[in-house]
Formats: sequence, structure tokens, C-alpha cells
Amino acid sequence: MRRRSVAVASDAPVADAARGFELLEVGHSYGNRVVLSDVTLHLTEHRIGVVGGNGSGKSTLARLLNGLVLPSAGRVLVDGLDTRSDGRAVRRRVGFVFQDPDAQIVHPTVAEDVAYGLVNQGVPATERAARVGEVLERYGLAGHADHPAHLLSGGQKQLLAIAGVLVMRPARIVFDEPTTLLDLINTRRIRQVIEALDQQAVVVTHHLDLLDDFDRVLVIDGGRVVADGPPSSSLATYRRLMDDR
Amino acid sequence: MTLALYVPRATVVHRAPAGLKLLSLSLTGVLVFAVPTLPVAAGALAAVLAVGLFVAELPPELFGRQARTLLWWLVALLALHLLTTDPETGAVAVLRLLALVLAAAVVTATTRVTEMVAVVEWLCAPLRLVGVRPARVGLVIAMALRFLPVLAERADAIREAQAARGGPVRGLRATVTMVVPLLVSVLRMADTVGEALDARGADDVPAQPSWRRRTGGRLS
Repeated sequence: MRRRSVAVASDAPVADAARGFELLEVGHSYGNRVVLSDVTLHLTEHRIGVVGGNGSGKSTLARLLNGLVLPSAGRVLVDGLDTRSDGRAVRRRVGFVFQDPDAQIVHPTVAEDVAYGLVNQGVPATERAARVGEVLERYGLAGHADHPAHLLSGGQKQLLAIAGVLVMRPARIVFDEPTTLLDLINTRRIRQVIEALDQQAVVVTHHLDLLDDFDRVLVIDGGRVVADGPPSSSLATYRRLMDDR
Repeated sequence: MTLALYVPRATVVHRAPAGLKLLSLSLTGVLVFAVPTLPVAAGALAAVLAVGLFVAELPPELFGRQARTLLWWLVALLALHLLTTDPETGAVAVLRLLALVLAAAVVTATTRVTEMVAVVEWLCAPLRLVGVRPARVGLVIAMALRFLPVLAERADAIREAQAARGGPVRGLRATVTMVVPLLVSVLRMADTVGEALDARGADDVPAQPSWRRRTGGRLS
């Protein structure tokens, strides 16, 4: 397991960075529909993939990891913080990248959108400008700083969405199908971005080749984890599962 | 559709505080209505163009684009005055409207949305006394500017999908058949936008409102 030190927002309740994500007998249902049941996991690896068919519960699992969804049963802990009682601190530690960047970009221009999370964190204007400039430079968006976000290409929008998360310096990042709407070139670009991250990343995806070099891959089916291991074995299980249908 | 009109330049107009620019815009409006004469209206228009083109270094096309969108309104306004008053009053009304719209374009093109929003939040500060959160008002304005083009794109996509399946392309029927899928799309997106705001620290209230925690409502 690789782990490097990552700067984290300071005013969070006491967290133990070594503990990672802990899901303890977690279940979740929407009304009468059970989407996850009895999931117990301890996620500490640097790169973790999550695959599963449509409606298998993987997006719900992703949202449980940063408290966007609270479990109907069981507990989800992030570095020892409970998503139910320490939701704000958890969301500061866990960035989330959505499938559709259009829904994640909330300000009209590129630089303003990247700065949004820092404004919420109360980061002073000078530091904010420096951090925004740095992250835009890193993702090739510096020349677009004052451009309207809706005029960017799909790949640039997803990079902007990622930049908006990374500028907040979360300790961990959850990606929910970040490449589903992208072409091959942009998918490769996002893959490179994920590979270069210092942070722990949990990636929900249908692009299986994205997970080749990951440390661990979970296969979700019918709201349960049916395979959990290195990519080679988990992805083989997933392919067999899909072939049988 | 471009609502974010900011044109980055390093000019004194760009550096001027947003509040000052909005105040100048308001005073220009008061002046051209308080002194409804041809020299004042024409002078205001000339001043706006001079500031916009030579001080703020904005491209002439920006003014042309703004004027074109107004063209038929201006023609109608002039025609109305020719029928009901006199040509001079008509010319004053037309020049006045044009001057104000172009002045607003100069302010928009030289001011970042966040600066504009900061002014709105400052103006809304007294409303704290009645429970209004100025930051929320500012966020609503910024999000409106951000999402209007997105909604227009989604509406276009729905219209094209319907046209591809033989549906009406334009007219009332096309609009009516587009409303429901657009509404569904907007509601779905609103759900994700709400999550994104939570994820980016917009608030410290629980991610899900209590009714959603009880009843659900999300697809996995």
C-alpha cells in the first residue's frame, strides 16, 4: 500500500488518517427498495476501484463514503469520523467528483468555480488566488481562467470539476463514473490525473481498463460485495457475472 | 448562449471596484431619465462607447452584438414615438435605452461575477435581520448565470431528440412536448447540484434533509 502525506483542512474534529474508510454492516434503502445490504469493508489502499451493473448500488456506496448519503443501517467511518455525526468534517476530508461535471460546476467562469470551495472554507483571498492558479496550471486550464465554464469541452469540464475538488486539498477522493461521458482521449487524461494523485482514490467506473493498475477492486451486485481483491481476479469475476446474464 | 460576458483585460475600468461601477451605472440611468434631452442622451451614449472601447479596451463586436439584440425594440420604440409624440422624443428614448444597455454591457464585461455577487451580498446584508443569508442570495445569482446556458443546452438536446423521432421542431407543440422531459432533467440535475454543493462545503447542515433521509428518492 502506498501512502503519502497530504495536507488537510485544519479545523476538522480529531481524525486518525491511518484508518481510511470503514463500513460496518452498512445497509441502505430508498423507500422499500434495498440498494445495499450488510456491507462491511475496510478501505485503506491507495487506489480502489468499484464496478457493478446499473442499479447495483455502487453509486450509493460512493455517496456513503463522504456522507452525501447516510446509511439506513450500520455506520460509515472515515478516518474514525462518523458520517452521521461528523458529516461536515468528513466532507472536508473526502472530495467527490460526479459523473456529470455540468452538475458540479456552480459558478459561471472557470477560476470562480475552482475558488468556490475555498471561499466556503474561509481561505484568505491571496492564498485562494495562489491555490486556484496552481491547480488551473496543473490541469491545463490556466488559459481558460476567465472563460465561461459552459463553453469548455466535456473533458475540460471534468478536469475543472476535479480541479474544484483538489484545490480544497481533501485527504481522499471518490470518483463516481468520472469518464462515462468522455471520449477516449479525455478518458486517458482523467486516468493520468487519477494515477498522479497523492490522495487515496476510490473510483466507481464502467471503464474496466481504468482499474488495471489499482490495488483493489470491489464488485457490487444486488447491493452486496460479491468480489473483493486485486483487479485481475475481481474483474474476471465481474466479466463472468455479466456474461451469465 | 453566453451569459458570462466578462472580457479579461488589465485596465483601470476592470480594476475599479464593482460597487463603483454599479453606482456609476445607476447614476447614468438617473441622469438620462432626469434630463431627457437629445444632447444628454447622445452624450451618455458617446461616453459609454468611449469608456468601453478606449478605456476598457473592449472589442467593438461586443457592442455590436448587444445593439443587434435590441434592434427591433429600438425600431419599435422609435416608430411608437413617431406615431404618438415627435421624432426628437423618439430619438431621446432610443439613445437613452441604447446608452443604458451598453453601459450595463461595459459593467458586465469588466466585472467578474464574484465581484458583482459580493456587491449584491453587501447590499443584502441588512436582510440578515429578517433571517436572509446574503451569501445564499449571491450563490443563487451566480448559479442562475451558470445554469441558464446549461438548461438551454439541455432543451436543445431534448428538442433534437424529439425531432430525430419525428416530433415537432418548433412552435407551441414542440415547446409543450419539451417541457416535461426538460423538467425531469432539471430536477435530476438539481439533485446532483445539491449534492455537489454539499460536497464542496456550501453548508454545514446535514447532507440530506430529514425528509429525504426518511423516504429516500435517489437512484443508485
